[in-house]
Amino acid sequence: MSNLDDLYREIILDHYRTPRNRGELPDPAIKAEGFNPLCGDEITVYLDVEDGVVKDIKISGQGCSISQASSSLMSAAVKGKTIDEAREKILTFKRLMGLEEAVDDEPVNLRTLGEIAALAGVVKFPVRIKCATLAWNTLTEALTEQP
Amino acid sequence: MTHFDPLAVRSDVPLLGRVINGHPITYLDSGATSLTPRPVIEAMSHYYENNHANVHRGVYQTAAESTALYEGAREAAARFLNAPGGAREIIFTKGCTESFNLLARSWGGANLGAGDVVLLSEMEHHANIVPWFQLRDSHGIEVRFIPVTDDFRLDLTDLDALLAGVKLVSITAMSNVLGTINPIKELAQAAHRVGALIAVDGAQSVAHSATDIADLDIDFLAFSAHKMLGPTGFGVLWGRLELLEAMPPFLGGGGMIGDVSTSGFTTAPVPAKFEAGTPPIAEAVGFGAAVRYLEALGMDNIAAYEQTLTADALHRLAAEFGERVRIIGPTTTDLRGGVISLDVEGVHPHDVSQVLDQHGVCIRPGHHCAKPLMKRFGLNATARASFGPYSTTGDTDALIVALHDAIAMFGAA
Repeated sequence: MSNLDDLYREIILDHYRTPRNRGELPDPAIKAEGFNPLCGDEITVYLDVEDGVVKDIKISGQGCSISQASSSLMSAAVKGKTIDEAREKILTFKRLMGLEEAVDDEPVNLRTLGEIAALAGVVKFPVRIKCATLAWNTLTEALTEQP
Repeated sequence: MTHFDPLAVRSDVPLLGRVINGHPITYLDSGATSLTPRPVIEAMSHYYENNHANVHRGVYQTAAESTALYEGAREAAARFLNAPGGAREIIFTKGCTESFNLLARSWGGANLGAGDVVLLSEMEHHANIVPWFQLRDSHGIEVRFIPVTDDFRLDLTDLDALLAGVKLVSITAMSNVLGTINPIKELAQAAHRVGALIAVDGAQSVAHSATDIADLDIDFLAFSAHKMLGPTGFGVLWGRLELLEAMPPFLGGGGMIGDVSTSGFTTAPVPAKFEAGTPPIAEAVGFGAAVRYLEALGMDNIAAYEQTLTADALHRLAAEFGERVRIIGPTTTDLRGGVISLDVEGVHPHDVSQVLDQHGVCIRPGHHCAKPLMKRFGLNATARASFGPYSTTGDTDALIVALHDAIAMFGAA
């Protein structure tokens, strides 16, 4: 039996109830939209990138607690980071979800993950992985034009 | 009046014996798919163990039995629906979705052109929207929508204007989101007055109330077996015989031909014309068993019983939760079936559904393949509970307990 507390950890509920970096950025910010066609969740990621650094990030859209918390956690994780660091975060998150091969078969080190580690329990609820992944895929999309 | 006992139906459904997360399963997702009673499962097993052979070909004993069982299901369907032209009007498909694709590609492709209008409603399932948009892209037809009122009914005030230029009205008998039952007989009369045909999406209606095609005076009816206690991968398109006879085939291949030579082919008579390839034979047998099972329960009994279940649930949900749980659909059982969409304040339907699963309660979160309707009401998703003939007020008890838990977990204090 999967424990609901593994999914709805306190950090996740906190980010759901009080999402970080919520809102929009004016043009010419980078803008990417993501949809989950199965459940109707939608998200828009706005990025202000300067000299290879994510100077600001805003997120708008609607979704369940997992997709909203994941997008909030993501925004906090990449804000102020370089593009390369942001891409590394995306890869780490995908490894955490079991969507990317682990490095040298090493499990993801939860202690170096920061708050993102709170999403680790999502893996036990396979149908919710797509909820957690939506924001990160949208961020990937937003970064595609970046060198 | 035949005897109807929901507890007897429950004891016929093996899956209702499951324990989920420490709770006996509470299955409230019959709108997505119904649970399968033992007579249907046994009919399919019996077929595979005793009769399995390809249909319409062999002359040996089991081939004849297989064909008789397959065609017997067609006879059962024609009787069940009171099809005026009999079994030849019953086309077997992979499901309601394929039925609509067949209708759009075959009838629509042959009979509709630039400027012709197909009139749908805002409460349609994507299966009765997308094939028409595909036809718009290939044939230049116009797709028009009957609006839905704020109280979740078709807005028919401007029906005469909406019907201008319409060649086909294609509309659901019952919304899979709202539970709203539409006035099909009146719509059929209105369509026929302007020389249009009417196709009906019976996916949500055929298992929950009696369908009398002759009385409704409709032209096409589409539905799936798995929403009426039958197997998946099987459905029906019923059409008036003269329409089916005039329609070109949809899929080509074995079984649908009259003759084939190096210069071309001719088609078999209906219904074979529309059933290319080896059909889902075991599923047809299961479908036939489901029809007979429903007939034995009595469709009027099922309708009356599910109405009391729905009335009880609507009343208790309102009494327990007030404004915190909004019902997206009519709040009385007048022209309304047992599909109840909920909008739980402050709790996303996915989260509602996840917490409910912990209680063994199966409901469906999402847009229910009705995104235009979701948009109409400013929603991305709802949490939908839906009844079947095996449902009881005990299922509603479990739903209410689990909803309290979901609200406690997520809801603002």
